[in-house]
Amino acid sequence: MHRITTHRIPILGIAPARSRTYAAIGVAAAVGLTLAACGSSGGGGKSSNPLSGSATGKVVIGSANFPEDELLAQIYATALQDHGIKVSTKFNIGAREVYYPQIEKGTVTIIPEYNGALLTTSVDKTSTAASTADVDAALTAGLPSSLEILNPSTAIDSDSVTVTQATATRDHLKSITDLKPFAGSMIFGGPPELKTRADGIPGLIKNYGLHFKAFQPTDESSTVTFTDLTNGKVQAADVFTTSPQILSDHLVVLTDPKNNFAAQNVIPLVYKKGVNAKIVSILNAISAKLTTAALLQMDNALVVDHASYTQVASGFVSQEGLG
Amino acid sequence: MSFFVFAWHWLAMSSHWHGSNGIPARFIEHVEYTALAMAIASAIALPAGVAIGHAGRGGLAVVSLANIWRSLPTLGLLVLAFIRTGGAPWAWLIPLVALAIPPILVTSYEGVLGVDPDLKDAAAGMGMTPWQVLSRVEVPVALPLILLGLRTATIQVVATATIAAYISLGGFGRYIIDGLASNDYGLVAGGAVCVVLLALICQFAFTGLSRLIVPAGLRQQARQS
Amino acid sequence: MSWALSNASMLGHLTGQNAYLALVPVLIGLLISLPLGIVSARWGWLYPPVLTVTSVLYALPALALFVVLIDYTGLTDTTVMIPLVIYSLAVLFPSVVDGLRSVPEPVRQAAVAMGFGTWRRLATVELPIATPIVIAGLRIACVSSISLVSVGQLIGTGGLGYLFIDGEQRDFPTEIVVGIVLIVALALVTDTVLVLARRWLTPWQRGAAATATTRRATVRAELRVRPGPGGI
Repeated sequence: MHRITTHRIPILGIAPARSRTYAAIGVAAAVGLTLAACGSSGGGGKSSNPLSGSATGKVVIGSANFPEDELLAQIYATALQDHGIKVSTKFNIGAREVYYPQIEKGTVTIIPEYNGALLTTSVDKTSTAASTADVDAALTAGLPSSLEILNPSTAIDSDSVTVTQATATRDHLKSITDLKPFAGSMIFGGPPELKTRADGIPGLIKNYGLHFKAFQPTDESSTVTFTDLTNGKVQAADVFTTSPQILSDHLVVLTDPKNNFAAQNVIPLVYKKGVNAKIVSILNAISAKLTTAALLQMDNALVVDHASYTQVASGFVSQEGLG
Repeated sequence: MSFFVFAWHWLAMSSHWHGSNGIPARFIEHVEYTALAMAIASAIALPAGVAIGHAGRGGLAVVSLANIWRSLPTLGLLVLAFIRTGGAPWAWLIPLVALAIPPILVTSYEGVLGVDPDLKDAAAGMGMTPWQVLSRVEVPVALPLILLGLRTATIQVVATATIAAYISLGGFGRYIIDGLASNDYGLVAGGAVCVVLLALICQFAFTGLSRLIVPAGLRQQARQS
Repeated sequence: MSWALSNASMLGHLTGQNAYLALVPVLIGLLISLPLGIVSARWGWLYPPVLTVTSVLYALPALALFVVLIDYTGLTDTTVMIPLVIYSLAVLFPSVVDGLRSVPEPVRQAAVAMGFGTWRRLATVELPIATPIVIAGLRIACVSSISLVSVGQLIGTGGLGYLFIDGEQRDFPTEIVVGIVLIVALALVTDTVLVLARRWLTPWQRGAAATATTRRATVRAELRVRPGPGGI
């Protein structure tokens, strides 16, 4: 449909149209540059190529993809910054399978870890060390030369096999051993990586002979896991032991007499070339003050009260005089 | 190792073709989710779009709505639906249906609206009742556009269902989410290939369908528009 | 909401990140589409094959594309931005061609008759007339892009998607709702800016006839493109 309008058409060379176009291009360029400046100066946007990483000489604090680890990383960051050390953060990287290669190469400098899980997932899958001391010794022996662990804290947050109160009462469940006769009719829920981890499904089969009906990937002991557990989509699940939902949803954590899950104390894992003595001493001071009770309380603030990470972290740092 | 090598190795393993986590099983799941969501979305959006187009009113609202709808983030809707329904087994349906409605609505509206008034006059002149005009003239003429909308919506749903694995849905998305979690790039690559193939199958299936259903004369017109 | 207010700086930072990750690819897509579209409008035989390629790419689910690229660009922002460029291209390329083709033949001939060379004709006649249609495509590309960035959160990219992940981890629906609202708001603001830009750039397009042309252009862009470059 061709219709010649009688409105002014630019071929008459009317300046306003053309100059407006140029002005528009100028504005767009300015906007583009501004956005580029905003975007690239955003914190935590450090590039992270798992295929090639190298120490940038900057202190990069990473975290796994669940709130407690992000909180611990934030505590490290706040304390270090309070002591005048420049840090950048990289939270929610993913499960250990994803971030471990990054810290190994130095793309990440510091990560709050859990010694037992670190050992059996990434360092020595066949290890049977169970106590804190044994696990730490095995780690020190097995870690690559670029990494080291600092002092462990007494705070523990472990994977577990957890069921609802109703299930525990009905089947008289107290320990994981008690699950054996029922496993065949149960669906077990947990983070996707549990399917292949040494202390995950393979470990439960090896140590307890548990052959679940199915494994349902849920998430890192968060909403999906607890919702699926309480509404019966899964009958048992891997729940992190400092989760506030254990109390609020009336769940029962089964005991682990055969130590499928080794001790899981909070411990800083560092890339040696990225830290110095001052950083090490600050991190050790934090570990000295971290207790399981403190973790429980802070997790509660995050998950139930929805306080912000920076708020909770600053609260802990100033309360314990770590800043 | 390139993406394709990873994917090829993963797809070539016969164990990945069996069992409840095997490719056929996940394929069926994915197709089921897509089919169900599309059925519901079409049942809502097709009659609505045809009706609005037939009435010739409310079009601006439809198009504006579509634009806002387009900005709704899938991941956010999926998680919100999961939490708000307390993890109901059909929680994923809500965002999938919600995101499939706009393309179907807009195209069926525009299709019916764009029917040449002369055609409708001629039909009425031939003695057809309003209902017959609608069903024998307007809808068939609008068919190319309607099929276009259905095709877009289907691909949209296939993609959203992939993301829904994040709230523990099955289907091909399972491979991608699980692979990302365990840093198993072979699994991720295999899953991506499966999803891409499924999307392409849908794309070409609809193109083929339109060739079958739409009369040649209308297809010619549609291509020119 | 009080939560939103007390976390305003974090939300502002995430929104800025989201805007950057979404709009830079659209800009790049436009920069590619313009020459590509100009060439295809001129040499018409180019149009169908290029259109087919972009349509097929457009159908690919975003998460799959992100994941394919991890192998080449790692877990970085670039991995998310490249597919967004592709999706924008798929929308903008037909828009540019459509826009150029919408120039009335008599107008083009008048410009030739006045001695305008190809470039001058393009810059002062054809592109300005094509503007409404190109902007219709830009609106769609921008809105889709802003929404799609959040899917990138699944591979750890920044933006407002973080609110969905964190909201899931902490059972915090408010956070998720705020994320959705901010994304929709960002999209609406961008859309409005583009509409205003169109009005400003095409002052001759005022009045009922022009409004109809623009509305038709917007709808055509809608129909050609529709939502969901693989997973909004």
